Amino acid sequence: MVTSSTETTAKRSSIDFKTIGPALALLILCIIGFLLNPSFVSEGNLTNLLTRSAFIGIIAVGATFVITAGGIDLSVGSMAAAISGVMIIIMNNAVDTMGTGVATVLLGCGCAVVLGIGAGWINGALTTKGKIEAFIVTLGTMGIYRSLVTYFADGGTLSLNFDIRGTYRPVYYDSFLGLPYPVWVFIGVAICGWLLLNRTAFGRYCTAIGSNEAVARYSAINVDRVKTLTYVIQGLCVSFATIIYVPRLGSASASTGVLWELEAIAAVIIGGTVLKGGYGRIGGTILGALILTTIGNILNFTDLISNYLNGTMQGLIIIVAVLLQRSDWKLGKSK
Amino acid sequence: MLMKKALGAMAVTGMLAFAGSAVADEKIKIGVSYPTPTHAWAAGMNWHAEQAEKRLEELYPDVDLILVNSPDPEAQASALEDLVSVHQIDALVVLPFESEPLTDPVLNVKKSGAWITVVDRGLSQPGIEDLYVAGNNPELGRVSAQYMKTRLKDGDNIVVLRGIPTVIDNERFDAFMAEIEGFGINVLDHKHANWNRDDGFEVMQDFLSRFPDIDAVWAQDDDIAIGVVAALKQAGRDGDGMFVVGGAGMKEIIKGIMDGETLIPVDVLYPPAMIATAMDATVQAFKSNGPVAGRYILGATLITKDNAESYYFPDSPF
Repeated sequence: MVTSSTETTAKRSSIDFKTIGPALALLILCIIGFLLNPSFVSEGNLTNLLTRSAFIGIIAVGATFVITAGGIDLSVGSMAAAISGVMIIIMNNAVDTMGTGVATVLLGCGCAVVLGIGAGWINGALTTKGKIEAFIVTLGTMGIYRSLVTYFADGGTLSLNFDIRGTYRPVYYDSFLGLPYPVWVFIGVAICGWLLLNRTAFGRYCTAIGSNEAVARYSAINVDRVKTLTYVIQGLCVSFATIIYVPRLGSASASTGVLWELEAIAAVIIGGTVLKGGYGRIGGTILGALILTTIGNILNFTDLISNYLNGTMQGLIIIVAVLLQRSDWKLGKSK
Repeated sequence: MLMKKALGAMAVTGMLAFAGSAVADEKIKIGVSYPTPTHAWAAGMNWHAEQAEKRLEELYPDVDLILVNSPDPEAQASALEDLVSVHQIDALVVLPFESEPLTDPVLNVKKSGAWITVVDRGLSQPGIEDLYVAGNNPELGRVSAQYMKTRLKDGDNIVVLRGIPTVIDNERFDAFMAEIEGFGINVLDHKHANWNRDDGFEVMQDFLSRFPDIDAVWAQDDDIAIGVVAALKQAGRDGDGMFVVGGAGMKEIIKGIMDGETLIPVDVLYPPAMIATAMDATVQAFKSNGPVAGRYILGATLITKDNAESYYFPDSPF
């Protein structure tokens, strides 16, 4: 507590730009979107945008913990694909015994949560107990999970039973108080994540381990347990994202969740979290996820830019967004 | 892993060679090499290759087909070497991962005296293959456009969802645009949806927000079409005569056409079963008294309710 408050005072003058940077970038993007096509701000499009960012956003909340504690998880996209695949298989097989009602869907969701926690724990245990660099561990599990879904699907696409799809579909498509359910899940995960990172001892341990693991160890923090837990949280977030992803199209294949890991990491960094650990911001991560989705959305709203240059625009905007909040600019001072 | 596989293959062939030398070494050995299926279309190809293997070996007891799939171009190059050195194949049916890195390995197989059949993706040097079997990408675009013209009139609006930016995608798109030219159909915009359901869904959502009046969608591919339909249903714009044209011949889509689905009323064929066509033709190169060498370009058949049944394979993964 003491360390974190002194750090805040030391950084006070630059912290404003750190907070405002991503918000400013998102605002500018929205203005550009509106100028290109006024229907950008139509209710339908904004709802689409929020719902779409929920996948990457929820995963990125988990990634914020992992990265803050000095780790990295490259396996999340493949993990999402594998969990979707297993979930679909389980629900399809449960039709005979449990019918096509809510019970089957809950069974599927329950399995997804267990799998997410399990997969996260494997990443965490291999990193801490196995003493392998997180980059290598998760590079390995990334390949494993991806090929598992290919294997389960026999190289093709796994499709959810048509009747269960009817039961499950509203989870993605229906709304509560004008906001689709995925957005509510996103909000819930974001609030929990914010409280956990900023208001609990666990959150402070993550930050401490990320800034200096050795010092954290001497301060009697159970480093291995905290680090493993960050991966478990990441796995749990992936399973939440999967639970709202599956009802969208009711299918999973080898192309599900490709590059989600990089999008999640990009969202975290755009939001102001430091890639080498020690400083994490959940609020920024949410904005980062929104910025990434908005870029794709805007590119679909205009034909001014050649389709082949989409990647260039995305790259440029990511770099500019990070530049906005990292550079000291004019208000910045020394330190 | 690969080593183990190769050793296993060697052991098996070793045993076969012992057994074979006693009976008859006169079998016509045909190697069939293609990428490991990682997406639905390729999985369908794998399935059709296995079906063709079973059927042809039953029909001709003296023909031995050896199916090998490889996860990347380098592995495919080694697989080709093994087919020559270990199996001593008389013919090769190959769907190259990429043209450039596999041209030389295929040329080496050719030098061993084997018959070469190339499927779908051409080699970067002409004249190596004896037989070339492929789907027709420009024709797929043209046939889709011709169908659009039968359903639409002057001044109607369409949007186009394209695949992954590649030569295949350009050929399809350019032929489509050339065919509708001068007919008065407005192409509001075209975006890449990467032959993928999720991207099809998101791109179509954005098209729907952006354009209030869309009469038809050319999705070019069945996976994209599935995403498009989900977006249409979500926005409640699946009524009022709007229709979607995909391509490839996925079994779910074909089933829908058989059942009289109006949202996706037709499909344009770009069949994974072309590997079976290539295997058939290659066997005929040894069996038939007619000449086989040349180019065999499949038509891009328009699948409608009337002919859908003959393109429906419920057991195939695609």
